[in-house]
Amino acid sequence: MAQPWMLVLFLAPLLAGVVSLVVRRSRVSEYATALAAVIDLLVSIQLLREALAHRLIFWHNYILLDNLGAWVILCVSIVYALASIYAVGYMRLLDEDERLPLFYALFSGFAFTMLGACVMNNVGVFWIAIELTTLISTFLVGFEREAESTEAAWKYIVVVSAGISLALLGTVLFYWGGSYVLGPSYAMTWDALHGSAAQVYPPLLTVSFLLVLVGYGTKAGLAPMHTWLPDAHSESPAPVSAMLSGALLNASMLGIARFLGVVHGTSVSKFAHSTVVGFGIFSFVLATVFIVRQTGIKRLMAYSSVEHIGVQALGLGFGGPLGIAGALYHMLNHSLNKSLMFFGAGNAMRAYETKQISMIRNVLRVSPVAGTLWLLGAVGIAGAPPFALFLSEFTILRSGIAGRYRWAAIVFAIFLIVVFISFLAHFRSMYFQAGPEPKVRRLPGAVWRVVPMWLAFVPLLILGLWWPRGLWNAFMQIYVGLTGGTP
Amino acid sequence: MFLAHVSSLQASIFSLLAIFSLLLAFVMLGSHWLRNYVYAFATESWLIAALSAAVAYFGGYKELYVIAILTALFRGLVLPYLLMRIVQRLNVRREIHAVLQPSSSLVVGALLVMFAFVIANHMNFQASTAGQVVVLALTIMLSMKLLGFLMLAVRDEAVSQILGLLVLENGIFLGSQILVPGMPMLIEIVILFDLLIIVACFSMLIRYLVVHAGTTSSRELNRLVG
Repeated sequence: MAQPWMLVLFLAPLLAGVVSLVVRRSRVSEYATALAAVIDLLVSIQLLREALAHRLIFWHNYILLDNLGAWVILCVSIVYALASIYAVGYMRLLDEDERLPLFYALFSGFAFTMLGACVMNNVGVFWIAIELTTLISTFLVGFEREAESTEAAWKYIVVVSAGISLALLGTVLFYWGGSYVLGPSYAMTWDALHGSAAQVYPPLLTVSFLLVLVGYGTKAGLAPMHTWLPDAHSESPAPVSAMLSGALLNASMLGIARFLGVVHGTSVSKFAHSTVVGFGIFSFVLATVFIVRQTGIKRLMAYSSVEHIGVQALGLGFGGPLGIAGALYHMLNHSLNKSLMFFGAGNAMRAYETKQISMIRNVLRVSPVAGTLWLLGAVGIAGAPPFALFLSEFTILRSGIAGRYRWAAIVFAIFLIVVFISFLAHFRSMYFQAGPEPKVRRLPGAVWRVVPMWLAFVPLLILGLWWPRGLWNAFMQIYVGLTGGTP
Repeated sequence: MFLAHVSSLQASIFSLLAIFSLLLAFVMLGSHWLRNYVYAFATESWLIAALSAAVAYFGGYKELYVIAILTALFRGLVLPYLLMRIVQRLNVRREIHAVLQPSSSLVVGALLVMFAFVIANHMNFQASTAGQVVVLALTIMLSMKLLGFLMLAVRDEAVSQILGLLVLENGIFLGSQILVPGMPMLIEIVILFDLLIIVACFSMLIRYLVVHAGTTSSRELNRLVG
């Protein structure tokens, strides 16, 4: 019975986009988008339940709803819902009222393509969906039409399309390798690739996997292919930053996770896991260095995204039940927490009219409620208990210590401390350092900008105190689906 | 497998077309003039279209004829036309501050092709004619990738960067016609379509760049660092 729900999932953002374009009233389009996003969130919970019960394939093998895809759909829809509520309050501040319908149409289109990528069963069509997310989000990144945002949009599209073309080459090579087993023409599904992978000539499989990893890694923001990410995240409007960071990176990580599943059980599996761990630890360390020296508030958040994508890659690379469960839990927690952080950064940016950390002072005096939420979010994203990221990072650390990559786990643990200190040092200066009395505007529509922060914060706290049994079982089911249950 | 039954005549036709495409990538690498890049790219696309048609004829893959026509039409005519219009509107005729001079980038390009050959040789496990064609196709596929990245790295003009991206994709097209002619066709059509969207995006972005940043050279894009 999942088909009707799937239809709703995709029709809601599509309709919201069409309505925004046709009606051309900014008020109508913002409410339509928020409504569609909330509907998507509810539907995605239902879809996850259905996907945990059965793995569904339909529409001539093109659509696959499995537990992993449904999990990423849930993470994407959460960010979509939070960001479109926040956008109602935020985008009105930009004085671009006549262009807002276009913004919301693109916003829904962006969500639509990301959700689409999660259910693609054909590897080539998955690639196309990821490429489409780039095309649409470029215009969202450059929406403010400032010189900086144009520069960021340009770098984004050039770097990401160049990177993602490597993933296409890898996909073609995977198909070619499979054609020796399955014949010259076959449907390029994830199952078909996995079924043939064990018999493909190993060097060919290695090169294909590396190309795909670098390709989707570019889109996911793994260092050293992350160069577009700080620019795009810092220059786009805050709701878009949240979508890029909390949703888009997850959709690309899905590609990496699925390809790790494809090569699982072959002779290159060990090598594949090692490279993913390598990229993960490199991203983590590099992002930490940039966090220490950061001066821009949104760039700080962007490098924190590189860091957390590195953590997810570490979880996937460590593998095993703990590693996979940690990575998937981290995906959800990071989506919630990073949305909260970008919302807070957006508020601060609008209130103080600057992106410089050194110009933002005495936040608590300016906005007691939203400021407190933002500070608590910062404690959470730095990896401190009782917030959810602590649990997932700790799980990943445990899997690393227990497994083959103990050195990576040790580096990870050391740099976690560095991140904690340096990230919170920036927040200490913004909250408690004496500075000039801020001259701050009172901005209208604050409710829209604070409610989504609560909506992100409360689950973050709950998930940090209590890891629901149902979620753990879901992760174990995904783990078995990816690896067949063998380590 | 289509390549298992390939005759030596067919193998030489494929090889010839593939090698000429690679040479045209070098023409792009060795020239200062934006106009030359566009011409070389158009010719390269026509050669790839001819290759698709040849594979379709010898291998009996009828759908590849459609791809040949689409490639010639979109990548051989429409894209070069759009790019030429951008070149004329922007009034940039040559690459002024390339990081590497054309002569040195040719040398680097040659080294990259050698590297691609080494990798391709490792990936092949067949002997005989089929193996030779496979190695050649893989070499050209990978080296056009690398050359495209080289162009992206050493050229500053926005138009050259778009062309670099297109060369990246041309390599994949060329290789996939020879290696996996039976690949489901849906993908190729959408890629052609997708390219049109890319050019639309790019032309808009270039306009933005001129208006707001005052230049189309990526060298000036240095506001966002750190």
